[in-house]
Amino acid sequence: MIEGNAAMITRDDVIDFIYAETRMLDEGRYSEWLDLWLPDAVYWMPLDYKQADPVNATSFLYEDNFMLRLRVERLNGERTFSQKPKSRCNHVIQRPFVDVFDPEAGKFQTVTNMHYVETRLDEQQLLALTVTHDLALVDGAFRIAGKKVELLNCDAAFGNIQLLP
Amino acid sequence: MNADDIRAMIQPGQVHRDVYISDAVYQLEMRHLFTNAWVFVGHDSQTPNKGDYITTQVGDQPVIMVRHSDGEVKVLYNRCPHKGTKIAIDRAGNTGKFFRCPYHAWSFKTDGCLLAIPLKKGYEGTGLAESQNGKGMQAVGAVHNYRGFVFARLAEEGIGFDEFFGGSLSSIDNMVDRAPEGRVEISGPPLRYMHKCNWKMLVENQTDTCHPMVAHESSAGTAVKIYEQMGNPEPRPPAMQIIAPFMSPYEFFEDMGIRTWPNGHGHTGVNMSIHSNYDAIPGYFEAMVESYGEERAKAILDENRHNTVYFPNVMVKAPLTQLRNFIPLGADRTLVESYVYRLVGAPEQLTAMSAMYNRMINAPTSIVGHDDLEMYERAQEGLHAEGMQWVDIRRLHTGTEDFETEAVENGTTERQMRNQFHAWAKFMTMSMEDAAGVAAQ
Repeated sequence: MIEGNAAMITRDDVIDFIYAETRMLDEGRYSEWLDLWLPDAVYWMPLDYKQADPVNATSFLYEDNFMLRLRVERLNGERTFSQKPKSRCNHVIQRPFVDVFDPEAGKFQTVTNMHYVETRLDEQQLLALTVTHDLALVDGAFRIAGKKVELLNCDAAFGNIQLLP
Repeated sequence: MNADDIRAMIQPGQVHRDVYISDAVYQLEMRHLFTNAWVFVGHDSQTPNKGDYITTQVGDQPVIMVRHSDGEVKVLYNRCPHKGTKIAIDRAGNTGKFFRCPYHAWSFKTDGCLLAIPLKKGYEGTGLAESQNGKGMQAVGAVHNYRGFVFARLAEEGIGFDEFFGGSLSSIDNMVDRAPEGRVEISGPPLRYMHKCNWKMLVENQTDTCHPMVAHESSAGTAVKIYEQMGNPEPRPPAMQIIAPFMSPYEFFEDMGIRTWPNGHGHTGVNMSIHSNYDAIPGYFEAMVESYGEERAKAILDENRHNTVYFPNVMVKAPLTQLRNFIPLGADRTLVESYVYRLVGAPEQLTAMSAMYNRMINAPTSIVGHDDLEMYERAQEGLHAEGMQWVDIRRLHTGTEDFETEAVENGTTERQMRNQFHAWAKFMTMSMEDAAGVAAQ
């Protein structure tokens, strides 16, 4: 968490936040992760390569706060059979590009290439991702204002992707 | 395996597990069932202009659907008559006035007819011109474009389109009639979801009304719980419109009703369905009234069929303008392609609603999809248990059933599954010999 005034914020602070967020996902710290999100923020995973319109054509994910909460709570449900046993995931991330850095306005945007591995039982899959984060500074702390996760092989057929790349 | 062996796998209230796990049965399905039946290929809005094509499969057969120079849609086997090279492998494109094989430049008109061969003199007197290969790319047996939806029958001879589908076409009619301009157009690429299970499990699940409140308790039940914790705010979050109805009680699904038609087609949601209670979209009803008049517009929109199975392997969800294609890749592998269509002349929010349903329910990232796939894959593995050979489909089975006539029954019956297997045996065996070596009629 960042304390102090906006003028003190550095690009490294922004980059550290991306690493920390990814680590939360890998360690399954989902309630902590949900707290990072602004209430109106959306997690978008396009279906089409370079898709421009998230809502009038199908996307993989276009999750509002309700859907993110539902997804997270379901993972621990008593009768969530597709998570018995549970999936695990791991992100290997490249150093994020900080494309927008505007501490005065409290707006930041990063683009990060990642390799995402998800596994359950004998199955393991690898996805190559380009992740765009829109961040906002609220009360001295970064919050997620939007996240877009683009799959390099978005036009391939997939089995279950159960966690959040 | 002969026709008698196939028939013996289907009994009035049970089917032998080999219909799901046997590679030999899968091969016979491809050569007989998927050859004799009418199978979905694509929508003609995927190929709006001359020379536009898509590549896909009919059963296990690689095909190209292309808009010919006369404006009609043709379906050709995707194979050069020379060496077998696939003529196109991109999922969609435009080939101009002709196809050209990338290997030796044999070229073909977009109806498949041979156009030219380089150094053609070398074939003089060889018999190529008189051979099947010398004619060009082979077309499938028959093609029918029904209100934009293109179906093919691979077999040269066989059942006609109208006889095969009969009254079931009313669901496609309802879907297309929901467009004020009476036509639909594709909206973006399909979701492509790989299932390690037999294709028939997916088709059966479309009219399985006793699984939602059980298998989807994890997603729909959790949604209802979170919404209650929030104090039931209005307007409802979109997920509450779409996912929560899966938790409706058994009585709701009983009252929905199931209708079956001959040749394996059928649908859930005769009286109403889980799609009946969506929020109205401003301007839509007015646009419908302008096109159809109030009485007809109401009749179209009051029909809220849930899932319509077009045997063998397509499901249409008319109120949400969706089509799911269960493409069989092996006894234990099925590719599910889920399409969304835009209602031409309707507000764009309807497309957004259909796309939302598609991603929430049909995507590899969908929690509802995860619930279902877990069950299919467990069944695909469990069916290898030698201790029990039969799969039960007896729910609400009473006495003898006549699948040659349309029927409406309690919404939790497994009659539609029995109807599918009745048709399965019929279209599997119509081109096979029986144990005595006698060919079917």
